[in-house]
Amino acid sequence: MKAAPLNKKFWTPGVLVMLCFMIAGAIAILGRFTGGIGYVTNLSNARPWGLWVGVDVATGVALAAGGFTTAALAHIFGRHHYESVTRPALLTAALGYTFVVLGLLVDIGRSWAIWKPMFNWNFNSVLFEVAMCVMIYLNVLYIEFLPIVAEQFKDRVNLPGMLSSLNSLVNWILKTGDAILNKTMWIFIILGVVLSCMHQSSLGSLMLVAPTKLHPLWYTPLLPLMFLASAIAVGYPMVIFETTIATSSFKLDPEMDILTPLTRFTIYLLGFYLLIKTGDMIYRKTWVYLLDGTYQTNSFLVEMICGIALPWVMLLFNRVRQSRTGIFIAACLIIGGVVLNRVNVFIVGYKPPISEGTYFPAVGEMLVTFGLIATLMFIYRIAVTFLPVLPGSREVNV
Amino acid sequence: MLLSRRNFFKILGAAGASTALPAGSAQAWSSKAPDDPYGCLVDLTRCVGCRKCEEECARVNELPAPERPNCQCTIFEKNRRPDDDAFTVVNRYFTGRIDNFNKPVPTYAKVQCMHCQDPACVSACIVGALTKDETGAVRYNKDKCIGCRYCMVACPFEIPAYEYDDPITPKVMKCTFCYDRISKDGGLPGCAGICPTEAITFGKRSTLLKVGKKRVKENPGIYLDHIYGEKEVGGTSWMYLSSVPFKKVKLPGLPETPSPKLSETIHHSLFSYLWSPIALFGVLAAFMSRTKKEADNPDNKGGV
Repeated sequence: MKAAPLNKKFWTPGVLVMLCFMIAGAIAILGRFTGGIGYVTNLSNARPWGLWVGVDVATGVALAAGGFTTAALAHIFGRHHYESVTRPALLTAALGYTFVVLGLLVDIGRSWAIWKPMFNWNFNSVLFEVAMCVMIYLNVLYIEFLPIVAEQFKDRVNLPGMLSSLNSLVNWILKTGDAILNKTMWIFIILGVVLSCMHQSSLGSLMLVAPTKLHPLWYTPLLPLMFLASAIAVGYPMVIFETTIATSSFKLDPEMDILTPLTRFTIYLLGFYLLIKTGDMIYRKTWVYLLDGTYQTNSFLVEMICGIALPWVMLLFNRVRQSRTGIFIAACLIIGGVVLNRVNVFIVGYKPPISEGTYFPAVGEMLVTFGLIATLMFIYRIAVTFLPVLPGSREVNV
Repeated sequence: MLLSRRNFFKILGAAGASTALPAGSAQAWSSKAPDDPYGCLVDLTRCVGCRKCEEECARVNELPAPERPNCQCTIFEKNRRPDDDAFTVVNRYFTGRIDNFNKPVPTYAKVQCMHCQDPACVSACIVGALTKDETGAVRYNKDKCIGCRYCMVACPFEIPAYEYDDPITPKVMKCTFCYDRISKDGGLPGCAGICPTEAITFGKRSTLLKVGKKRVKENPGIYLDHIYGEKEVGGTSWMYLSSVPFKKVKLPGLPETPSPKLSETIHHSLFSYLWSPIALFGVLAAFMSRTKKEADNPDNKGGV
């Protein structure tokens, strides 16, 4: 049950495909930093936010919610049964947030000025709060991850070549850090949950400043609550998704004894999200738009039916919860629903009141996004290969 | 076990009390608009579409000269928006009015930053690079800007433009209200000074409202009884008079609530003094210590 490094071949065809996407993304990023944002994107003055904000940033943050939701379950609410999924979820969160920041560096016009919010505070700005939380939370995630590195390399630090003179220093840092964190980790675990709740909800508040620009199906004062509820609801489905992919691609034990009970929480969490979304639609009478046939409305319907209602109903059945394929499909639908929600709020539902014309991401934008995702998966694979992240001893030999 | 539970409720109670206080005393949102700002009143019935304002704006603000400055026909065939090369543009609209010879009558409308009283862009800006000045000007400081473009998302008039072709140091570009000129005695914005038909009147916003209302009253049947910008999004420094509905000249219908009001109210009631994060931290810490004690209690071993 104890987490261990994988003992598997690293270079597989899948990894080579990832490498191709990474190279294509790197070329697109090169284009962005030589020709400007306009050179690789379809962004305009009427449409200042597109794929990079909607997917790389907003969706990236939402899908990294597995980190704080599993930490809360196992470490704060004491369900130690779930401890084996906290490490992969933590790794995903740490990588996810790293890539949110990398995505931001590509998207913002003055990447070199990204540090400026630390010294120029606008407390009225929702984005300021989001930025501060993301910055601190990223550091908290790295701190939470340090003991995993320490566990693997403590007293075994062996840096190559010239760096070997630093061996004892690095070892000392690892050991001291680990010892300090052993006593103080509870602070960082709780801080991680608090910071997550703060910025997950505030990401939803971002659009509240533009009441005339977001479609009424999404514009509601409850947006922050909905963003928080959906982030919490997507946390365990993300764990199911990753664990199923990782255990089937590395041929490990499918861990159904952990994943099936996790889905029981998801029924309540997703049910709550479905309830407030439906209730808000009825209360604000926005259901009048539902059959108007515009692509915004259709996108909303897909989000509500395929992304929330359908997987929620699926999970009510014990047969689905016991089936590896069943929970994987349900998890994919829930994740798809949250992705679509973020895309809807930031891209599809955003209609400039004066300019006409629609936005569709340019090839360059897509290459950057795919490239960043491929890099994330690549590093995930490096990490689980060399660090004790996945429960290794339960490996199944096929 | 008993002790830890009692302790837990004690902490929970303390956290609850601390949450109730600031939430109850959270201050109601109040406008941060300057008391006596300048403004401009644009009278669309006077504008003849000469585009001198475009030319003067470009000169004063050191922007590229406008496209075909002397053209007053084909340039109007496509609707233009202010962009990173032009802080103001004039568009021509045929709104269905016809003259005595059955010819359609054009209406010309100049667009630029409205310099809102409570600007959404200023509220949104992550670093406070945009500020509402006492003069009424919404000013941009490129040295603080990080280029997130949230101001552009927030603006209800779609005004801020971006230098999308600059890879390293792009700026947000929008009308400056000729701040350097109007902050000096007797200074006029470039466009208001050059306008040959006096379609643009510069002055204190309060005076302009009086002028506008007088003009509507003294010319019955000419103007709509609506000064655009008096109440839109809580009021703007730039205001319009017109004889045709404002929507037909692409001045969008907007609520009277200032754009930042809802987001700032929600944001501050959730996070002022960081009360909610602190309370949440307390509650979670209480939970954690309780579950830890339960786990340490030999009677509860294995009972997770």
